[in-house]
Amino acid sequence: MSTMNTVGRPTAPTANDHDYKPPTLTGGRGLLQDEALIFESDGWGKTGVDLPEPKTDGSDLGALVRRDSIGLPGLSEPEAVRHYVRLSQKNHAIDLALYPLGSCTMKHNPRLNEKMARLSGFSDIHPLQPVSTVQGALELMDTLAHWLKTLTGMPAVAMSPKAGAHGELCGMMTIRAAHEASGQHAQRRKVLVPTSAHGTNPATAVFVGYQVVEVAQTDEGRVDIADLASKLGPDVAAIMVTNPNTCGLFERDIIEIARLTHEAGAYFYCDGANFNAIVGRVRPGDLGVDAMHINLHKTFSTPHGGGGPGAGPVVLSAALAPFAPAPWVVSDGDGFKLIEREEDEAAQAFGRLCAFNGQMGMFVRALSYMMSHGSDGLRQVAEDAVLNANYIKARLSDVMSAAFPEGPCMHEALFDDEWLKGTDITTLDFAKAMIDEGFHPMTMYFPLVVHGAMLIEPTETESKAELDRFIHALRLLALAARAGDVERFKGAPFHAPLRRLDETRAARSPKLRWTAPEGTNIAAE
Amino acid sequence: MRYLPLTPDDRTAMLAAIGAGTIDDLFVDVPQPAQRDGFVDLPRVMGELEVERAMKALAARNTAAGDVPFFCGAGAYRHHVPATVDYVIQRSEFLTSYTPYQPEISQGTLQYLYEFQTQVANLTGMDVANASLYDGSTATAEGVLMATRVTRRNKAVFSGGVHPHYVRASETVVHAVGVETVSLPAAIDAEAAVIDAIDKDTACVVVQTPNVFGTATDVTKIAEAAKAAGALLIVVVTEAVSMGLLKSPGEMGADIVAAEGQSIGNALNYGGPYVGLFACRQSLIRQMPGRLCGETVDADGERGFVLTLSTREQHIRRDKATSNICTNSGLCCLAFSIHMSLLGETGLRKLALLNHEKALATRDALAAIPGVEVLTPRFFNEFAIRLSRPAADVVQALADHSILAGVPYSRLAPGIGMDDVLLVAATETTLDADITILAEALTRVLAA
Repeated sequence: MSTMNTVGRPTAPTANDHDYKPPTLTGGRGLLQDEALIFESDGWGKTGVDLPEPKTDGSDLGALVRRDSIGLPGLSEPEAVRHYVRLSQKNHAIDLALYPLGSCTMKHNPRLNEKMARLSGFSDIHPLQPVSTVQGALELMDTLAHWLKTLTGMPAVAMSPKAGAHGELCGMMTIRAAHEASGQHAQRRKVLVPTSAHGTNPATAVFVGYQVVEVAQTDEGRVDIADLASKLGPDVAAIMVTNPNTCGLFERDIIEIARLTHEAGAYFYCDGANFNAIVGRVRPGDLGVDAMHINLHKTFSTPHGGGGPGAGPVVLSAALAPFAPAPWVVSDGDGFKLIEREEDEAAQAFGRLCAFNGQMGMFVRALSYMMSHGSDGLRQVAEDAVLNANYIKARLSDVMSAAFPEGPCMHEALFDDEWLKGTDITTLDFAKAMIDEGFHPMTMYFPLVVHGAMLIEPTETESKAELDRFIHALRLLALAARAGDVERFKGAPFHAPLRRLDETRAARSPKLRWTAPEGTNIAAE
Repeated sequence: MRYLPLTPDDRTAMLAAIGAGTIDDLFVDVPQPAQRDGFVDLPRVMGELEVERAMKALAARNTAAGDVPFFCGAGAYRHHVPATVDYVIQRSEFLTSYTPYQPEISQGTLQYLYEFQTQVANLTGMDVANASLYDGSTATAEGVLMATRVTRRNKAVFSGGVHPHYVRASETVVHAVGVETVSLPAAIDAEAAVIDAIDKDTACVVVQTPNVFGTATDVTKIAEAAKAAGALLIVVVTEAVSMGLLKSPGEMGADIVAAEGQSIGNALNYGGPYVGLFACRQSLIRQMPGRLCGETVDADGERGFVLTLSTREQHIRRDKATSNICTNSGLCCLAFSIHMSLLGETGLRKLALLNHEKALATRDALAAIPGVEVLTPRFFNEFAIRLSRPAADVVQALADHSILAGVPYSRLAPGIGMDDVLLVAATETTLDADITILAEALTRVLAA
């Protein structure tokens, strides 16, 4: 007899029917194969690429020629495809289910963008070709820059930073260059950063040579403006504020924060990681921002790709624009030009951040995404992202504890671990149990200012039905936690490709590469 | 809008569940002066067909390398990438996953990163490699910073053979933290000259092989000199395929290798995204920047992989981190790793020889032209020639005839007396016919 679950499908027989569950004999698990490392294959000497016989042996290079065994196994094409497809099945992905990592904006990645980035006119052009042969590429960069400037209400943008943290570096170096140009760098050595900031903010400020001073947060999860005002002064170079902030809240006093900052002669760096909450609806330029990086891989959906590549253009105010790094695109009556040498056109540029022109492949995807949505669609993105987060907050607040229950959140809902008190279950345990229910955990223990933080960002590309599935799963888990079903959490995950990993062991004696087992000689094969 | 699943009815029901009247109620915390009615001044929603048309029109205004005789290099190289690579990296589970913070459901990404790290370590001849940086130039800057942390010294010496954009990108970043740099004058066979510039304050010497002029150098003696002075040797490699033919940096005594991995698995992409390879000696790993994947076991004793040594990183150490990096080049290192797995050592060595063969053939064809002088004494797949006219003019004249003849050195460093120098690269994709077309056209242009 089958029972019905909440979504109306017959469920599997319960454990009582068949509680005999033997371990497999091979380590395989249904569709999941136990996949060895390529170095453990029999691929020494094999290749999966058919190449013609070279007519040279490199002997003209004499002693420069490599004689040692390199240690690279080869796979035939079928073996390679299997190896990587088997590995892929051990990953969670946005294409599989909601991926509620707060601060990460895991939204659907349209495949049109992938197709456009692979047009040979974009993918098969060289960064140092004559500019007369890449006019379409430069126009694309110029058009993307126009969209970014219009959406943020800012007059300039530096396109070359390769990721959000690289964008932060770019923004803070621009600010430093501006202070150097005005002769104030020697006295302005501090950067104010709220306690709730992303780790990259203080890391970047220190990298650029500043001393970080923390700014307190109010009980309602926003910058303590009195504390900020007391720390602003002639020794402050900049403030770095995330808005909407990492508690998922809009900084209500942001215009006043900007005013105080400017009054003190400092610049306002905004961490744009959470731009998805306001894109098309609020322009950071109207808030008094001087510099803000935009994670194209978050708001504009160039895929995260398992950790990159990203892209982090930085929009700049008029005061900072002259200090932007090379290269950049300009247009005149004769078409588009690429300014590559900072000393040529603008002696104030602070330098160069990377060898070439930024993440062109990501630019194509981002522009394709923006054009698809249009200004109306992008505004809807922000509104649906905020709606989805508030819906989750509203539907879970009776079983979990919202960190800031009063008022709406923006695009992410933040919970603390107050509701787990007395259960012996931690935020980590709860997150690992989510894996067993088929969902990726939320961001945990961040922001640091909230105890046992659980930061949920659903994004706008989740349907109501998927949100309801997610909410249903979390409610069941929350009820199980409260009912004392501790083992479900302490031992989780039970149903993932692997059980909980021993991270301490990995760090204590790091093994960062495969090495041949003792007594074997791969070179001999 | 095709990417937005909520219907108007959904929105109404959800607002009711929240207890809000309209969507504006959820934006009440935005100060009034910043509240915007209506849409920003940009085009409206567009169908897939319209977007595709607009994009194709832009793409059509670029000359794709594969459509013309093509000899550009200088840090970015056109190679054939097997179809399998692009198919596999578009698997949903690779393309649409995040940084593998939850190892139990990220073993796919973590295992390929571990394999990638091993491949890079073996390719460079080093003990360990990280899970990639943004590109070769940012890897070079990170290498210099790492060397200052390891040696507690404050000066970096760059040879005159390091790619000028790599030098500039490194200077920009390391000057910000007060590191002093010495950049030696550009020269075709420049690397050995760094030895004389090493002193007691030198944290590292940065050399490149093959260098920006294509010159391949045995840097063993430089490594010895650096070691004797307590400095580290950073070897930059901008053409990763070269390590399939040339002695590895590790074998020659490098302490840190910063390389561009684009050549393997990745397209030209007008300069990005690329993949920075970063490798070093085992003893230096705790000062390494970027993500690292390590082996461990799960609760049942099964082997598994995790991101490790994160106490070096910004999200744990914040203002005391070794770097502010969080994103790496995930999908690009997957492409690198798949291509390398297909090649294997056998394929890589063959591929490298084919590159060398094509470059030799190109050199021979160009050397016979009046007004051309070959400058690079020994090279892998790229060499410099001196022309009887400014190289930029010649390149433009040839581009007007749909030939992409190479990179004028003046594009990288104008006004240093090398405006007549052209960098010419050939790879396995170069056809004999391409070489003939280039040689004939160059002969005509130089004679004009």
